[in-house]
Amino acid sequence: MLRVIGKRLALLIPTLFGLSILLFLWVRNLPGGPATALLGEKATPEAIARINELYGFDRPLITQYLTYMGKLFQGDFGVSINTGRPVLEEFATRFPATIELTVIALIFAVGVGVPLGYLAARHNGRFIDHSSVVLSLIGITVPVFFLAFILKYLFAIQWSLLPPDGRQDPRMDATHYTQFYVLDGLLTGEYDAAWDAFLHLILPGLALGTIPLAIIVRITRASVLEVQNADYVRTARAKGLKESTIRGSFILRNAMLPVVTTIGLQLGLLISGAVLTETVFAFNGIGRFLRDAIFGLDYPVLQGFIIFIAVLYALINLIVDLSYSVIDPRVRVQ
Amino acid sequence: MSNRGTSVRGAGFARKRAALTAGISIAALLLTGCVQSQREEDTGAEGDSAIDSTFVFAASSDPKSLDPAFASDGESFRVSRQIFEGLVGVEPGTADPAPLLAESWETAEDGLSTVFQLKEGVTFHDGTPFNAEAVCFNFDRWYNWTGIQQAESTSYYYGSLFRGFADSPENAIYESCEANGDNEVTINLAKPFAGFIPALSLPAFGMQSPTALEEYSADEIGGTAEAPSLSEYALGHPVGTGPFKFDSWDVGQQLELSIYDEYWGDKGQITKTIFRIIDNPQARRQALEAGDIDGYDLVAPADTQSLKDAGYNITARDPFTILYLGMNQAIPELEDPKVREAIAHAIDKEALVAQTLPEGTKVATQFIPDVVDGYNEDVTTYDFDPERAKELLAEAGYPDGFEVTFNYPTNVSRPYMPTPEEVFTNLQAQLADVGITVEPAPAAWSPDYLNQIQATPDHGLHLLGWTGDYNDTDNFIGVFFGQEKQEFGFDNPELFAALDEARGMSDRDEQTEKYKEINEQIAEFNPAIPLAHPAPSLAFAPRVTSYPASPVNDEVFTDIELSE
Repeated sequence: MLRVIGKRLALLIPTLFGLSILLFLWVRNLPGGPATALLGEKATPEAIARINELYGFDRPLITQYLTYMGKLFQGDFGVSINTGRPVLEEFATRFPATIELTVIALIFAVGVGVPLGYLAARHNGRFIDHSSVVLSLIGITVPVFFLAFILKYLFAIQWSLLPPDGRQDPRMDATHYTQFYVLDGLLTGEYDAAWDAFLHLILPGLALGTIPLAIIVRITRASVLEVQNADYVRTARAKGLKESTIRGSFILRNAMLPVVTTIGLQLGLLISGAVLTETVFAFNGIGRFLRDAIFGLDYPVLQGFIIFIAVLYALINLIVDLSYSVIDPRVRVQ
Repeated sequence: MSNRGTSVRGAGFARKRAALTAGISIAALLLTGCVQSQREEDTGAEGDSAIDSTFVFAASSDPKSLDPAFASDGESFRVSRQIFEGLVGVEPGTADPAPLLAESWETAEDGLSTVFQLKEGVTFHDGTPFNAEAVCFNFDRWYNWTGIQQAESTSYYYGSLFRGFADSPENAIYESCEANGDNEVTINLAKPFAGFIPALSLPAFGMQSPTALEEYSADEIGGTAEAPSLSEYALGHPVGTGPFKFDSWDVGQQLELSIYDEYWGDKGQITKTIFRIIDNPQARRQALEAGDIDGYDLVAPADTQSLKDAGYNITARDPFTILYLGMNQAIPELEDPKVREAIAHAIDKEALVAQTLPEGTKVATQFIPDVVDGYNEDVTTYDFDPERAKELLAEAGYPDGFEVTFNYPTNVSRPYMPTPEEVFTNLQAQLADVGITVEPAPAAWSPDYLNQIQATPDHGLHLLGWTGDYNDTDNFIGVFFGQEKQEFGFDNPELFAALDEARGMSDRDEQTEKYKEINEQIAEFNPAIPLAHPAPSLAFAPRVTSYPASPVNDEVFTDIELSE
């Protein structure tokens, strides 16, 4: 198992190398230079030229690339043009926010999606089945940002039930160690701060989790339907096994394989969905930071971000593959 | 001071939240229930004053730097105006200079040396005394910057106003600083600079504690030229003499200040100020409606009426802005003065202002608002006259009109241009009436639009504008027409020279006359059409009964009045 993991991680290196070249060329060929973005209306032509010189945008691409890679190997992702802070530090402070949000969204998507899909399959053709199909269809078709706006408008503005944006009430004097606000609140005993941070996660979490939820419902339903008609289930029934054993150990367990794959893939999508959700809810995670980087043509951040996401994807895929062998011992990671 | 739960409204809101929690988790409800009741007790214990002394303002972005000398953006200045004070401030509600840390000053006749009498008994937040030595420390710091510290992206204001540093003294306007005892200081200039005193009211020239500047290496801004980074000082140790001192900065989330107990002036009602970072204008409005913030800037014109109706306080700034229609003379048609005149006659500015710009907006006749020196009451104007426009077009050889690109930015809201799309649509229709067909060329503000207009010749008619930094004519027309620029695509050495001369004049009255002439010269040359001076508005929660709106954004939060 360890060897497999090692091999997979080693494969990551050439992949990232190729990716780094591609994205370097792509980022540098985006229209417009960062100088005007940085200087705004006050920019004079001389100032723009000086900025380009300062940041090295006027040097040959290959020089820029080699300098970049050289630093990358030393763990230096450069300094954000927009904020003047190291890119890695910016990620470190914002990533916990996105993880918190993703976890909530995932709990919501899996926690509701799997049981709902399972129930739909079990009551195939009945009311609950039809309504789950309709619900998941709506979930997939409604765009994240639209749903986010509606949720925010209704629950935060109209009914004042939940906070409209941010990660915590601005008046809350909370201490932060890990940057996971809920966890921080629990660790320091500031339970009201933890609760407040949790309330701030609900609306964006719902918005972000809806599409994965819809997809998980459909996959679970289809998978359970297929498995519950399989020969071995019929055999088990004929042998007179307890219905609960059949449902638990036979159907659910076997039906989970494609569901786990889907959840893994959704994780990646959740990170990109966070760009929209975090923007609508003024939630200070890496999604909103990425959007700022795109609009401000913050090259160091864009490059660092994409490499970061690539590594993350690769790791998620590895974990998904490994979890197969836990669920189904016949599948061995190769 | 614990600010937790000091808000009366906050507690009400929290109760509503608590109501929701019932549906989510009973255990958690019990937990918060306890905390919530504690919160309410706290509120009661606050005692005599029922005023929530925490003021939350939504900022549209993080400050770029906490060191105002290395900043040029509005959000940095908004924060630094609370922390720092300059020798010179502004008269409340105007753009005119007024004493602040200097109680008075006297400039020699040649305009080259100014003696400042400093306020006594003022200390920086770290206890360092504010005196003549501290003033010289700041001036010398700016003057002695080298390398990357001189870049426009870092020290924009010092560089563009004082023109040179110790390593290039031939251009420099600043020469030296002498401390004549503790509370008197002389600043010597190498060249006359009529805008010297008003320029000192800029936050970039705020006085900073010499001790803190040294302790937190304020001038160490990044190791290499490719990656300039903020200094330790600019990241979290700004120390000034202002009413508020810096507490904390959670980047992307919020920045907190608290009242400086030893402040020499009136401390007002607010003891804690929180700048909450909300970049989306819609989200700022929603945060106000949800009671999360007490106010925000740059309210969308479409929102002002509905917010007013809902009981929020809307305050309009006196316009210190200009919105203009640029005409790129690299386009052959636009190079013809008759065509430019025709376009000017084709535009009904009154209608444009009434239909697309916020309340309080004034129609523009020239490129400076009327409170700025050199405003010319008798400047040549091109009144709305479509018939005359058609005649001029025919004279210019375009009896059937012509087609031209019209560039405008999308998805952006600037103080001088809250809704560019609407302004474009309005002008498009007006131009069509005289036969000029425009080809819309929308682009995202940053980086595309600005880059296209300012760094390439590839544009026709375009919308752009400006918000003044302080009361100085050069800060408006000098910026637009002081040199050859791709934005307008013309070379008019006479105009460039006149602006250069006016800038260097030491006598303010003479200079004002000169600027009046230049404004006329610009109006005749007609390189762009001044459209309006839009008034930016701010929105506040009902408890904010008074806010010191300033045309140049010089708003210190000690002057805010709260009713609950």
